[in-house]
Amino acid sequence: MRFAFTDDQLLFRDTVGELFAKECAPEAVRWSWNDVTGRNPELWAALAEMGVTGLTVPEAHGGMGMNEVDLLPILTEAGRYAFPGPIVETIAVAAPMLAESAPAAIAERWLPGIADGSVIATVALTGQPFVTDAHIADVLLAQRDDRIFAVPAENLRLTPQTSVDGARRLFVAEWDEADAELIASGDEGLRCADRAFNRGAAATAAVLIGLSEQMIATTVAYVSERKQFGVPIGSFQAVKHHLADAELKVSFSRPSVWNAAYSIAHNVPDVDRDVSMAKCFASDAAEVASRKALQCHGAIGYTTEHDLHFWLKRSWALAAAWGDAAWHRRRVAHLLLDQG
Amino acid sequence: MDLNFTATEESFRAEARAWLEANVPHNLPSGDTREGFDLHVLWEKKLYDARWSAVSWPTEFGGRGSSLWEWLIFEEEYYRAGGPQRVTQNGIFLLAPTIFEFGTDEQKATFLPRMAAADDLWCQGWSEPDAGSDLAGIKSRATRDDAAGGWILNGQKTWTTRGAFCNWVFGLFRTDPDAARHSGMTYMMVPLDAPGVTVRGVERLDGDEGFAEVFLDDVFVSDDLVLGGVNEGWGVAMATTSSERGLTLRSPGRYCAAADRLVDLWKRQSKIGTADPSLRDAVAQSWMEAEAYRLATLADVSGLVEGKSSGARSSLTKIFWSELDVNLNETAVRLLGPAGELIEGSPDAIDDGAWMKAFEFSLSGPIYAGTNEIQRNVVAERVLGLPRK
Ligand SMILES: Cc1cc2nc3c(=O)[nH]c(=O)nc-3n(C[C@H](O)[C@H](O)[C@H](O)COP(=O)(O)OP(=O)(O)OC[C@H]3O[C@@H](n4cnc5c(N)ncnc54)[C@H](O)[C@@H]3O)c2cc1C
Repeated sequence: MRFAFTDDQLLFRDTVGELFAKECAPEAVRWSWNDVTGRNPELWAALAEMGVTGLTVPEAHGGMGMNEVDLLPILTEAGRYAFPGPIVETIAVAAPMLAESAPAAIAERWLPGIADGSVIATVALTGQPFVTDAHIADVLLAQRDDRIFAVPAENLRLTPQTSVDGARRLFVAEWDEADAELIASGDEGLRCADRAFNRGAAATAAVLIGLSEQMIATTVAYVSERKQFGVPIGSFQAVKHHLADAELKVSFSRPSVWNAAYSIAHNVPDVDRDVSMAKCFASDAAEVASRKALQCHGAIGYTTEHDLHFWLKRSWALAAAWGDAAWHRRRVAHLLLDQG
Repeated sequence: MDLNFTATEESFRAEARAWLEANVPHNLPSGDTREGFDLHVLWEKKLYDARWSAVSWPTEFGGRGSSLWEWLIFEEEYYRAGGPQRVTQNGIFLLAPTIFEFGTDEQKATFLPRMAAADDLWCQGWSEPDAGSDLAGIKSRATRDDAAGGWILNGQKTWTTRGAFCNWVFGLFRTDPDAARHSGMTYMMVPLDAPGVTVRGVERLDGDEGFAEVFLDDVFVSDDLVLGGVNEGWGVAMATTSSERGLTLRSPGRYCAAADRLVDLWKRQSKIGTADPSLRDAVAQSWMEAEAYRLATLADVSGLVEGKSSGARSSLTKIFWSELDVNLNETAVRLLGPAGELIEGSPDAIDDGAWMKAFEFSLSGPIYAGTNEIQRNVVAERVLGLPRK
């Protein structure tokens, strides 16, 4: 029994964290809000260089062949820096889908590019009407009933949508089956979709942990500086308890998220339950952390001039993406209560 | 990351499970009543005879020398088998860690084996009428008696759990009235049958005589009953209270077993058509909270075995287990609908009123072991680093 990351996993996380600290500072997130594509290809290339984009790509296809547990600390780092880009979609979801379910030729067409950073993939499962990052994607992995397709980007008709998080890019994507390659169908197709959904939910939960941790950290820094009544506002008990509540929520969500990644990586029988618990808790924690962060900032947090809103809005969006807390709680209730 | 136990740990589990399934007593009356307490002590002695009462202690003191992982496994199995509350907990889980850390060899040899065997039964004497959350405000004092080689105690302790049934109390006494608030206190162990001690039981919210007041009137305590240094009691006491907040008092096994019973209650109520569908989410949430506590404990223990102490984070743990316990039992009482208010002995009470009893007790969790308001202060100041003043 060892429920902790290895030194290597943490070292890799720290290396990626340093890259984000340099290349994905709040100014970069602000740039992403205002730029037309909102995506920095050089940063993606740097991630590829480090092995991040190929982390989940099998070695046979030019990647590192690692699993969900290895990837998790990187996703949390991406959340901490509110990294704008399809890290969940391409690395956590699409690459394993292709590796596990696609015929060899299709896998070989896309996977080496994901590993070297030249291919960006995004995902649209049933129940996900808005596709993220379709404007920069090379391929969309999409579900239609029990069939999973790879749709090359040139065959997509995109209608942009506007998210409250200006760094997110959402689209409705239309396409014809004649222009798509079939990856899997029937039971295999549904299994592929289920696993993809679990991966997306668990990975998003890991990102939410990073967002929450950062909201707490910046708020702690702010309330230690800001003075009212001649003292730092962080010395008031009401402010302390807001932040203690947020810390409590995050602290008891984090291990559930680790467990979800472990369950996916090791095909644990209760994987659906473990993933839903993780996403439920991480979504709830992010909602609490974002509320408390804003309240403790006062009016400055209610502006777009201050950086806080990047984190608030990303948390709202991701708390709802891949199933919100209520949806996942109901799934756990079903798994626990409706059998035996 | 590896979530499997070793073969040795699994065989430890199998041995514990087999013994517990064969021996756990069911339907003992509450250990917070006189009659129930005596029956619980018999159970504790049975546990001891099979060397299950303090598994993590070295064998020379009555334990099995088990690892922290095995201790967690034992706790899981204990509550899974429906094992009753541990009336020895204040000794085995709270005083013993302090004796291991601060006690002399003689104190270890004198007190630990008798504690493991439930020959001595210990209660905690921290709180006083004017010192609750503000523990450093205690007034009970100890005056030096050099000729007799010890101390003379005077004062009053209160809220002493099972004080009316135990034979020893441990706690803090003021030995230097002139010292600053947190100095000048000494940690002492006091026999409750000593001349000058009067104990009065007090009925708790749930009707049990679980509380007591302990009056000390010129009670003599010899020097060998001082734990740690004279005037160093505050530091020694903090070691005990962090065990109480953390893992050793409330292992996850207890809540996971309760959560499984809640799921079972839901299924029983559904079968007879009385489960309120609007409570489904609350049942799932409670189950997940217990599971989250189990997972957080696995992470903490993984750190502990590699020498990383959780420090002030134990305050987060205390808030979490106490609040999850309230949510869980409140959900159960709601699920029972009109039968929720029926208590032990009422003919139509479901599970003999155990849920209302557990709900009442759960409400004390946010109060004892340092109130949750105080814990939130600790989290803010010592985990997050917010300014004290
Ligand atoms: C079931 C049970 C068993 C117990 N067993 C024992 C035992 O065996 N031995 C023993 O010594 N004691 C025991 N206690 C007592 C327990 O330790 C005290 O109740 C606890 O320390 C709180 O003290 P108090 O009750 O005097 O409340 P107070 O300290 O008077 O607090 C009342 C309220 O004010 C709040 N408050 C106080 N100070 C602050 C602050 N600085 N900031 C914010 N809020 C504050 C508290 O959080 C609480 O909500 C037990 C209590 C219970 C309920």
